[in-house]
Amino acid sequence: MRFLLLLSCVLGLGGVAHAQPRQAVPRIKVVPSELTFSGKEKAPRSILIQNVGGAPLAIREVRLGPGSDPSFKLVAEPRPFSLEPNQQVEVKVSYSYSGPKEPRQAFGNLQVLSDDPERADRQGVTGVALVKGKSYLLTVMTFFPLLGAFFILLFLKDGQTNALRLVAVISAAVPFVLAIYLFQNFDRSLGMDDANFGLQFVHHFVWVEGFNIEYYFGVDGISVSMVILTALVCLIAVGASWSVKKQLRGYFIMFLLLETGMMGVFCAVDFFLFYVFWEVMLLPMYFLIGIWGAPSRTEADGRVRGGPYAAIKFFLYTLAGSVLMLLAMIALYYASAPTTLVSGVPAEHTFNLMKLTKLNSFALAAPILGMAFSKVIWVGLFIGFAIKIPMFPFHTWLPDAHVEAPTAISVILAGVLLKMGTYGIFRINFQVLPDATRWAATAMAVFGVINILYGGLCAMAQKDLKKLVAYSSVSHMGFCLLGMAAFTDAGLTGAMFQMFNHGTITSMLFILVGVIYDRAHTRGVNEFGGLASVMPKYTGFFGFAFMASLGLPGLSGFISEVLVFIGAFKAFTFMVILAATGVIVTAAYHLWAIQRMHLGPFNEKWRGVLPGNDMDFREGLTLVPLAIVVLVLGFYPMPVLDLVTTGMHDLVKIVAPTGAAAIAMIP
Amino acid sequence: MLSNTLSLHLFVPEIALVVGILLLLIWDLAFSLKRGSAAFIALAALLCSATVTLISGRVSLDLFNGMIARDPYADFFKIFFTVATAVTVIVSLRARDAIDHTDGRDREAAEYYALLLAMCLGMNLMAAATDLLMAYLALEMVSLVSYVVVGFRRRNAASAEASLKYVIFGGVASGVMLFGLSLLYGMTGATEFAAVRTALIAAGPGALAIQILAVVFVLAGFGYKIASVPFHMWCPDVYEGAPTPITAFLSVGPKAAGFALLIRFFVGAVPDEAQLLGAPWAVLIGVISAATMTLGNLAAILQANVKRMLAYSSIAHAGYLLMALCVFTREGEQAILFYLCAYLLMNLGAFIVVIGFSEAGLGENIESYRGVGVRAPLIAAVFAIFLFSLTGIPPMAGFIGKFYLFAAVLKKGGMFFTVLAVIGIVNSAISLYYYARILKEMFFQKGETEAPLAIATVHRTLAFALAVPTIALGIYWAPLIDYIGRAIS
Repeated sequence: MRFLLLLSCVLGLGGVAHAQPRQAVPRIKVVPSELTFSGKEKAPRSILIQNVGGAPLAIREVRLGPGSDPSFKLVAEPRPFSLEPNQQVEVKVSYSYSGPKEPRQAFGNLQVLSDDPERADRQGVTGVALVKGKSYLLTVMTFFPLLGAFFILLFLKDGQTNALRLVAVISAAVPFVLAIYLFQNFDRSLGMDDANFGLQFVHHFVWVEGFNIEYYFGVDGISVSMVILTALVCLIAVGASWSVKKQLRGYFIMFLLLETGMMGVFCAVDFFLFYVFWEVMLLPMYFLIGIWGAPSRTEADGRVRGGPYAAIKFFLYTLAGSVLMLLAMIALYYASAPTTLVSGVPAEHTFNLMKLTKLNSFALAAPILGMAFSKVIWVGLFIGFAIKIPMFPFHTWLPDAHVEAPTAISVILAGVLLKMGTYGIFRINFQVLPDATRWAATAMAVFGVINILYGGLCAMAQKDLKKLVAYSSVSHMGFCLLGMAAFTDAGLTGAMFQMFNHGTITSMLFILVGVIYDRAHTRGVNEFGGLASVMPKYTGFFGFAFMASLGLPGLSGFISEVLVFIGAFKAFTFMVILAATGVIVTAAYHLWAIQRMHLGPFNEKWRGVLPGNDMDFREGLTLVPLAIVVLVLGFYPMPVLDLVTTGMHDLVKIVAPTGAAAIAMIP
Repeated sequence: MLSNTLSLHLFVPEIALVVGILLLLIWDLAFSLKRGSAAFIALAALLCSATVTLISGRVSLDLFNGMIARDPYADFFKIFFTVATAVTVIVSLRARDAIDHTDGRDREAAEYYALLLAMCLGMNLMAAATDLLMAYLALEMVSLVSYVVVGFRRRNAASAEASLKYVIFGGVASGVMLFGLSLLYGMTGATEFAAVRTALIAAGPGALAIQILAVVFVLAGFGYKIASVPFHMWCPDVYEGAPTPITAFLSVGPKAAGFALLIRFFVGAVPDEAQLLGAPWAVLIGVISAATMTLGNLAAILQANVKRMLAYSSIAHAGYLLMALCVFTREGEQAILFYLCAYLLMNLGAFIVVIGFSEAGLGENIESYRGVGVRAPLIAAVFAIFLFSLTGIPPMAGFIGKFYLFAAVLKKGGMFFTVLAVIGIVNSAISLYYYARILKEMFFQKGETEAPLAIATVHRTLAFALAVPTIALGIYWAPLIDYIGRAIS
C-alpha cells in the first residue's frame, strides 16, 4: 500500500512539474457583492476593487448602473486608472433621501468596467447591488416551514405525536404571524409605475449569473392577498390534520414542504424561481394524496380508484401542463431584450417578470410554427395554469384528487392550490403578454361560463358530499375566469376577491366534510337526514358555510360574485346572463344538500354514532376563524379590496386597449 | 503536435490506470488478493489518475502525433469516468452478482477490478481521441471489456446470454462503423479529424451523398455505444442479465464516452452546415433523437423488471442528450456535459439503491418493492429523489440538466427544433408515469411485512453521497456549469 501512495505522489508531482504555467491575466474582484444601507446612517459605505490576477488591470469606469434609485450617490467618481496585481482601491457610495416620505426600500447598482477577460461577455462589467432596507420577511415566510420539516426529519420520531403536532403548528404559525405583519405594513398606494415596480418587502439577489437567474421575492397587489391566504389556510389545515394517524412524521414533513412550495409561488417574481416552486409543490402533494389519502380500491365496474390513482393523475396532469410552461418560459427568455441584473451586470436576456413586463413587448417577436409568438406562448402558459384552476376540459383530475385526499390536504388543494392557476394567469399571461391576453379574452370568458354551469350541474348530480364540494370549486373558479376576462377594475378585483373568498369558504366546506366523515366513515349525501336535531353545532356551521358558498348577501362570496358580474356585464352581457342562471344552479345544489343531510327525519342508522357526537372544540377552532373572515368581509370587504385594488388597476392599465378601460370596453 | 516520447508526461493519467491494472493482475498472481485490497488498489489508481488530471492545469495539446488530445474537454471526461468507475468499484464490494463472496473466497476480484480499470482507460481514450483509427480502437477497447464483464457471472444463463447478444450486436455495429471510417479515409486520405474535415470541405457538395453514407455508417457504432434507436436492442437484455454494478456502470460510463467521442467527431471531423451546404446532420440526429426518447419512454412503461425499466429509461435519456447535440452549438455541448453529470449522479444512484435492495433480499421486479417505504424509509426517500431527478423535477440536478437541454434547442429556434423540443417535453412528462410506478409500489402499497430492511452500509452511504449533490446541484449549479463552460471553450 505504501508503495502505491508513493507511486501516486511521484506521478502527481510529475504532473505538477510538467503543468503549463498559468497565463498572466488581470482578474478583478469586487467586495462586497452587495452593499446594504439601513437608511438611518448618513456616512458613505465603501467598496473595494481588487486585482487578484497576474497582470495590470485597467479600470475604465466606475458608475451607478441603469435603474439605480437616485438617492444613491457615488462619492467622488474616479477617473480611469490601472491596478497592479494584488493592489486594491476603495470606492464610496452614500444613500441620502431628500423628500417628503422616505421609501422603505430602494435598489441600485454600481458598475465597475474593467478589462478582465472573464468579464468580456458582460461588457466588462462587474457589479455591486446597492440595497437600502433589506427585507427577509418573505424569505422567512417561505422557508420557515421548510426549517420545521428539517427539524422533524432530524429530531423527531413517529411516536411523538404531540411534539410533531407542536412543531407543525409553530412552523405554520410563524408565517401566519408574519402575514399579519405584512397585512398591516403593506403600502396600499404603491403601483407598478412606482419604484421597484410597486413590489414591497423585496429580497433580490443574483442566483445563477450564467443564465441570468435571480432570486427575486416581492409582493404587490396581485400577490399579497394570496400570500396571506396561504398562511391562513395552512395554519387551519394543520389544525385539520389532527385526524391523521399513520406515519405522522412523514405527513408533516410533506405538509410543510408543500407550504414552502406554495408560498414561494406567490412570492417569486423571477420566472425561473416561480417555476421551481411551482414544481416543488407537486412532490409533497403527490405523496400526501397517495399515502395519506384513501387506500386503493376496485370499483364495481372494475376500475381501480383511490389515493394512489388520484395522486398519479394529479401529478401527470399538472406536470403535463407545467412542462409546456417550461418551454414557454425558455422561449420568453430568449425573446426578451437586454437588461441588467440586480447587481448591475448586463444581461442579454432575463427571467425577471417585472422587466419582461416593463421593458419588453412580445407582440412582434419572431413567430413560432407560423403563428404569432405571443399567442403561442400565451396558450402554452394558459394551458399550464388552466389545468391547475382547473378549467374545463382539464378539470378531471380535481374530483379524484379532492375526494381521495385527506381532509387537510383537500383544504389546501381547494383553498390555495387552485388559486395558483388564476394567479399565474394574472402574473404572467396578463402582465407579460397583454396583447395575446386581449386576443384570448372572449375564450377565457366562455370557458369561465362553461366552468360555472358545468361545475354546478355536475355538483348537483353528486351523491358524495366531497365530490359535490369539489365540483362546486370548478364552478366557483369559473367566476374568476369570467371576471378576469373583462379587463375592468371591477372584474379583475372581483376575480381576485373571489380567489380569496373561495379559499376561505371552500376550506370550511372541506373541513365540514371531514367532520362528518371522521364520525360516519361515509360521505353519501343521501345516507344522512335530520342531522340538525342531533348535531346542532355541525348543522349551524354547515348551513353558514353552504350559504356563503352559494353567495348569500352579507357573506363574502356574494360580494366577489357581484363584482365579477358588474365588471363583466358590459363586455360579455350575454355570458353574464348565462352565468347568472348558473347562480340558480349553485343555490339549488347547495340548498338541496343541506335539505338532504340536515333536515327531515333523522336516519336511524346513525342512532348509536352521531347523537351526542357533535363537533368538538378543535374542529370548532379550525372553522371559527374562517367563518369570522367570511362574515366580516361580507359586510366590509375593504380590508382585502384595499390590498388588491392598486395591483388590479395596474393590470387593467396593462391589458386594456388604449384609453380608459371602462370606455374602451363599450361595444 | 507532440511526438510520442514528449507526449508521455501528459499521458500520466492513463499510465496510472495501466499501472493499476498491471499491479492488480501481478499482485493477485503472486499473493491472491482479497476483494478489499483489490478495490483499494483500483481506487488508488483512479485517485492517482484524477489527481494528476486535476492538478496539471489547463493544457491543450495534441499527443502522439495527433492521435489523441489532452485538453480541458478530455480532462472533464476523465474526471467523470474516474468518478463513475470509483463508485462502481466501491459498490461492487457488496454485490454478490459481481464478486461472489458468499463462502469467504473472493472469486476473481482482482480480474474484475482490472477489467473495470481497463474500461475506464478505454473511455478516457475515447474522450481524447482525435483520429479515426484511435477513435475506433478506443471504442473497441471499451466494447471488448464490456463483453467480458457483462458475462462475468459465468454460471448464470442470463448473464451469458446477455454477453453473447452484446458481442454479436457489438460486432455488427463496429463492423459497420469501420466500413464508414474506411469510406471517410478513402475519400480524404487522412485519419486525423481536422484533416478529414478539411478534405471533406474541399470535396464540396458533389461528394455529399457518399459523405452522408459514411457518416451514417459511423453513427451506427456510436449509436450502439450510447444505445440510441435503432441500435438499442441489446440494451434491455444486457442490462437485465449483467451483474447490476456493471449495468449501472454501462448505463453511465460508456454512454458518456460515446457522447464525448460523438461530439468530438461532429465538431472536429465533419463539416457543419455552414461549411458544407446541405449537410443534413441536424435532421438526421434530430430524428434519431425523437425516435430514441419516444421508444425508450413508451417501452419503459411496459416493463415489470426494474433493471429493464432503467435500461429503457437510459435509452430515453440518450434521446434527450441527442436532442441537444443536433443543434451543434456551444450551448448544446454545454447542456450535454451538464446533463451527463446530473445523469451520472441520479442514474448511478438509482442503480445503487436497486443493488442495495437486491442484496437485502428483494427481487428485481417492481412488485417486490411493495411496502419498502415503510421497511426502509430513508433509502426509499433517497430512491425517490433519484427518480424525480430522472423525471426532471426541481429542485434536483436532473431538472437543471433538462432545462439546459431544452434551452439549447429552443435557442436555435425554427420549426424543426421547436417540434423536437415539444416531442422532448411530452416525453419528459410520460417518463413520470413509469418512474412513479416504482414510487407507488414503495410508498402507496402495503407490503407483506413491515420488518426493517437491512441495507448494507456501503450502499446506504453511497446512495446518500450521490443524493446530496443531486439536490445541491439542483439548487446551486453555477460552479459546475462555469467549469463546463471553460472545458469546452
